[in-house]
Amino acid sequence: MAIGKEIRAKIGSIKNTQKITRAMEMVAASKMRKTKDLMQATRPYSKKMMQIIRHLAHANPEYKHPFLIQREVKRVGLIVISSDRGLCGGLNSNLFRKTLSQLIQWEKSGIQVDVCTVGYKAGGFFSNLKKPRLVGKTVKLIDTPHLDDVIEIIKIMLDSYHENVIDELYLVSNEFINTMIQRPSIYKLLPVSAVEIEEGLRGHWDYIYEPDAKEVLDYLLIRYIESIVYQGLVENNACEQAARMVAMKSASDNAGNLIKELQLIYNKARQAAITQEISEIVAGAAAV
Amino acid sequence: MTMTVHVDIVSAEKEIFSGLAEMVFAPAEMGEVGITPRHAPFLTKLNPGEVRVKVSDKESFPFFITGGILEVQPHLVTVLADTAIRAKDIDEAAALQAKALAEEALVERSEKMDYATAQAQLAVAVMQLRTLDRLRKRGE
Repeated sequence: MAIGKEIRAKIGSIKNTQKITRAMEMVAASKMRKTKDLMQATRPYSKKMMQIIRHLAHANPEYKHPFLIQREVKRVGLIVISSDRGLCGGLNSNLFRKTLSQLIQWEKSGIQVDVCTVGYKAGGFFSNLKKPRLVGKTVKLIDTPHLDDVIEIIKIMLDSYHENVIDELYLVSNEFINTMIQRPSIYKLLPVSAVEIEEGLRGHWDYIYEPDAKEVLDYLLIRYIESIVYQGLVENNACEQAARMVAMKSASDNAGNLIKELQLIYNKARQAAITQEISEIVAGAAAV
Repeated sequence: MTMTVHVDIVSAEKEIFSGLAEMVFAPAEMGEVGITPRHAPFLTKLNPGEVRVKVSDKESFPFFITGGILEVQPHLVTVLADTAIRAKDIDEAAALQAKALAEEALVERSEKMDYATAQAQLAVAVMQLRTLDRLRKRGE
């Protein structure tokens, strides 16, 4: 029977696609569990690090580290963390949209921008843009990233901060709220500034440093930048897998609906064909 | 009632201790320090060695860290360790082996390990063994 051949072929191809999306969903779910564990494991460290740095911003060190001094802003540095692969919903495009609106604001106030990207997606996006200068990029991150992967771009940015090329440094990445929600965020890394006054830190005070302020602060601040960027990387990874899982789930569901609809059309067509055939036979018999 | 201070010990991999303590001992770069509650703000690098949290006269928790940062606020002590484990979990055989390996590398100046790494590994291994020794002497 030649009836509905096209429809059957269509149903078959959608079923195949559904198989793929379902497999990708399951892979993403298992990877998400892994990356989420890693993210939660490293979170306390970066949280504590941020806390110490906040305390430090309230202190009045006798040694003024360049990372603690506010300068007039002429050019800012941006580290953008994205995923390597697509098919993860609006994760990357949301991030880029947020970045773009910030870029426009900067442009209005006459501030220039240097960008370092992590991941293929950000690399592709920013090399197509004219305005911000792309100064470094790194790609091919695996699911368990190492600090070594980003150390190079951190160094590029810190060097240009030391040479007064950039006056502020920001980290752009996705924040993992829960499996359904990932929020793009822009976090100011440098210079370290006191945002809110914490209880008990008012007044003029300073740390006792051992061995001396310069050595401790140098070590601590580098550590701080590294740990925050690394945390951003790990968190973005978890976001990517979560977003992909959700996107693939809705793709599988969609395919299911489509198959149902097509099956209905196919059945109707078949029914109509049979009815027609019978009435033809009956009409033929009556004529004899 | 004795005074206590909140202590947090985190390593790059996980949070390893969080709670109140009477005193904290840590291997600061310029020598071991003991931190009591209401200590003045203090910031230092840590060497490999034992961090001991004294919760009460009877109870204390020893940890081994491979280095890190110590921050002290009057009401808060934070140890940011590179890696940290409970002192009881130190693998003595592995430490001995690491020590032997590092010493060998230092003597031979082999190409397998460069001098700085060998020295760092030796320091960690030696401190692990010393921590275990101290643990035994205290009868834990």
